[in-house]
Amino acid sequence: MASEVEKKAVFDTESAKEVVKELRASFVAGKTKSYEWRVAQLKALLKMMEENEPQIAAALRDDLSKPELESYIYEIAMLKNSCRLALKEMKHWIMPEKAKTSLTTFPSSAEIVSEPLGVVLVISAWNYPFLLSLDPVVGAIAAGNAIVLKPSEIAPATASLLAKLVANYLDSSCIKVVEGAVSETSALLEQKWDKIFYTGNGRVARIVMAAAAKHLTPVALELGGKSPVIVDSGINLQVSIVLILPHVCFLCDLHADILICVFQVATRRIIAGKWGCNNGQACISPDYIITTTDYAPKLLDSFKHELERFYGKNPLESKDLSRIVNSNHFARLSKLLDEDKVSGKIVQGGERDKTNLKIAPTILLDVPLDSLIMNEEIFGPLLPIIMVDKVEDSFDVINSSGTKPLAAYLFTNNKKLKEKFVAKVSAGGLVVNDTTVHVAEHTLPFGGVGDSGMGVYHGKFSFDAFSHKKAVLYRGFACDAFVRYPPYTRGKLRLLQALLGGSLLSIIRALLGWS
Amino acid sequence: MDKFMIDLETDLEVMRECCRSGKTKEASWRRSQLKGLQTFLKENEVEILRALREDLGKHYVEAFRDEVGLIKKSLNLALKDLQKWMSSREAKLPMIALLSHAELVPEPLGLVLVISPWNFPLALSLEPLLGAIAAGNAVVLKPSEMAPACSSLLFNTLPNYLDNETIKVIEGGPAVGEQLLLKKWDKIFFTGSARVGRIVMSAAAKHLTPVTLELGGKCPAVLDSLSWSWDKEVAVNRIIGAKYGSCAGQACISVDYLLVEKAFSSAVVELMKVLIKKMYRDNPLESQSVGRIVNKHHFLRLKNLLTDKMVKDSIVYGGSMDEDSLFIEPTILVDPPRDSTIMTEEIFGPLLPIITLDKIEDSIDFINARPKPLAIYAFTKNEAFRRRMVSQTSSGAVVFNDAIIQYAADTIPFGGIGESGIGNYHGKFSFDTFSHYKAVVRRSFLTDFWFRFPPWNNYKLELFETAYNYDYFGMLLVILGLKRSRRRFDVR
Repeated sequence: MASEVEKKAVFDTESAKEVVKELRASFVAGKTKSYEWRVAQLKALLKMMEENEPQIAAALRDDLSKPELESYIYEIAMLKNSCRLALKEMKHWIMPEKAKTSLTTFPSSAEIVSEPLGVVLVISAWNYPFLLSLDPVVGAIAAGNAIVLKPSEIAPATASLLAKLVANYLDSSCIKVVEGAVSETSALLEQKWDKIFYTGNGRVARIVMAAAAKHLTPVALELGGKSPVIVDSGINLQVSIVLILPHVCFLCDLHADILICVFQVATRRIIAGKWGCNNGQACISPDYIITTTDYAPKLLDSFKHELERFYGKNPLESKDLSRIVNSNHFARLSKLLDEDKVSGKIVQGGERDKTNLKIAPTILLDVPLDSLIMNEEIFGPLLPIIMVDKVEDSFDVINSSGTKPLAAYLFTNNKKLKEKFVAKVSAGGLVVNDTTVHVAEHTLPFGGVGDSGMGVYHGKFSFDAFSHKKAVLYRGFACDAFVRYPPYTRGKLRLLQALLGGSLLSIIRALLGWS
Repeated sequence: MDKFMIDLETDLEVMRECCRSGKTKEASWRRSQLKGLQTFLKENEVEILRALREDLGKHYVEAFRDEVGLIKKSLNLALKDLQKWMSSREAKLPMIALLSHAELVPEPLGLVLVISPWNFPLALSLEPLLGAIAAGNAVVLKPSEMAPACSSLLFNTLPNYLDNETIKVIEGGPAVGEQLLLKKWDKIFFTGSARVGRIVMSAAAKHLTPVTLELGGKCPAVLDSLSWSWDKEVAVNRIIGAKYGSCAGQACISVDYLLVEKAFSSAVVELMKVLIKKMYRDNPLESQSVGRIVNKHHFLRLKNLLTDKMVKDSIVYGGSMDEDSLFIEPTILVDPPRDSTIMTEEIFGPLLPIITLDKIEDSIDFINARPKPLAIYAFTKNEAFRRRMVSQTSSGAVVFNDAIIQYAADTIPFGGIGESGIGNYHGKFSFDTFSHYKAVVRRSFLTDFWFRFPPWNNYKLELFETAYNYDYFGMLLVILGLKRSRRRFDVR
């Protein structure tokens, strides 16, 4: 019996055209516009997560060796939150917003109506393959669009799982997953979309925007950059007093009534944002640190101490760290470490395990600003510390790169320094005395500026990202400003001047012929 | 061209340095520039109106109504509300984020490029310019070479009123535009045709520059049967004003074509003829109550629209053209073939096709079968029809019982969708379009979610789940050990 190799159907331009055609027909038929449909899809997403948590975590483990709890906390729980928020708030979001009207259009009333854009394309990234695929989809559903999702091929287990789950749980006449790599993505990008939402890197973002330009398709680009952390001296001696009740003390495995623990809070927060977020492979991970020459040794000690507490003496064996996603990125990161001017600067870590694609949390001190590691987004477990004389010099270091990052962080107690930071550093988002937390807050728009991206989402901003805000103006026939029409006269000019000047008094004067 | 590029780069570097140093961020700088614009308008009103008449044959009242007056209004608003627009907005945080504080801080994007068109050469240059200034940006303005008197006025006179280190006017045509598009901008604001809009966005893509594109389209007017003769007259006046009275129909928001019910159409045409005569008198060219066509190229383009025999036969009023004075009289056509060029391309001129339908409700399908326009104008008192018009069509804006006037409203966004554009502006929307809203979170060291950190265990997972649900009571139960994790998390 001859074995037949089943060839998967090639997804080319024709296939892409067919998909868009089908979705457009669904959209035009009004399927996605109904409130009930949107609610049903969001509820189905929640159900999908409830019933498939182990499978999702397993796929993330396959793709990234992501610790189960990171999978839960940063991917599944955050997505559940998005769904729940949309279900709760959608009816408010959908309501038209009343707008005031002024004298120039008197009498009139106006409102701004949110309507779906139509058929949208969501292209997601490999580092949070579940969240970054479905979080934009939640916004697109809430806004009433038909959707094609193209998950990243660099996280194949998750992509494949998403294709299966979306087909089983969501309305496939309106929401589809297309798996594939460069050629499939290119086929999709040739089509006319009503919006493209892309998460990834700047190089591909340029390709996406250029493709969108051909059809005048608006885009949202969630990119990255080198997110700096400025650490001012003295903050690490902060004591964080935490009330711990029985059954709780995870550190010392004791039962205690009240325990006051002294934590090196700033360091822990930086570690959580760096190695605790997919082992540094996150767009908002702290990329590098800037601190004063005097303070650097203290900071380094604190890091060494806390890293051991988190990941043990052999971090390559810790189950709580993601691996490097694939050998390409492993080679890329190795190259950053092996550069001559940098290899001697490693002060912590540096161990690598090529077979298992693991790199230990690595800290470098005083790398040259023109090294490779300081000129591309690291996206890995390497943390350079740059030293300056005065902490205020950090702003120049950040701004000299000429690009604006997705996030910037400052640890300090100095109020003036905080104000200077907010005034001088431009980034998608800033956090003082913590890292990455702003991503979980739905009242904050999440997005970049300049090279770190354009457009925002999360919470209601997701709904807005996939909506068209249509202005609607209602006028009556009762008053007609005859001044608008020819024949044009000096008198009409005077009245127009008064009308557009907005002053009631001058209008009266003009009407009476007194001006 | 090389010298141009070298000089340009030097100038742009100076402008970027001003942005970096925070010069343009200062409220005082913004105010002084906006006031400078006000003074420019005040002291040069006569020259401006003259330039508009020279470029487009606009009567000075039309020029004031559509350009000078509107910019004055926008400047007044920007100066009045600047402080409010510039201030940070607090963002609510949930209780669990105790002792944290979050706000949205607007900041300028940096160095922006504004490219404006020829039909409202003053208004469409200064409206985006003032928005960019209010938002604290340095600006390069390239007005259209097809309105040379205005372009020259802006190039020669405007700099006397503004800070030349941070705001520049550059004159030129497509070649200059191309050179400008090679540079890296923090934002490009383009008003013009969809064809050039694509070129602008493609160039912007190379630098990941965000764009606002104010394009056009065929803006339909839908005229329902109205019982009161007063209403009918007002409606028709507004339609013909919006067609012929604003730059002779060469406006992105002009009424492009009109949809009426068959039964009603001849009455409409008759009423139109009467009101056109009343408004524009016997010699609209002499009274300048209808502007002229901008140049020979567009004149011939419009002339060609009428060469098709079937289109020509559908003319019921007007149709005469004078190539020397580039004047076309207000023209009405009834039911030209739907696939003729006049019905498939944006007309941008004083020719009004009227398409008759069996029922007025058919207008919705008619509109939806075509690209999304910048505006839809529906003249109707029928509530149900209005609701359908809003919910079943898509356009930049919908205006009921009037046309063009939405441009003057600064509390609603002005912009397109699909082929009619990306982004919007006017009023505070102008400020927003040239700003980046930076999220700023301040946390305290005193409180911490200690369960954020590894080493991981199921207990922390349970705490996270309750935290994400803002289930404070549940959190307490977990802490007290009264709630066990129902999940045995062990992925092998």
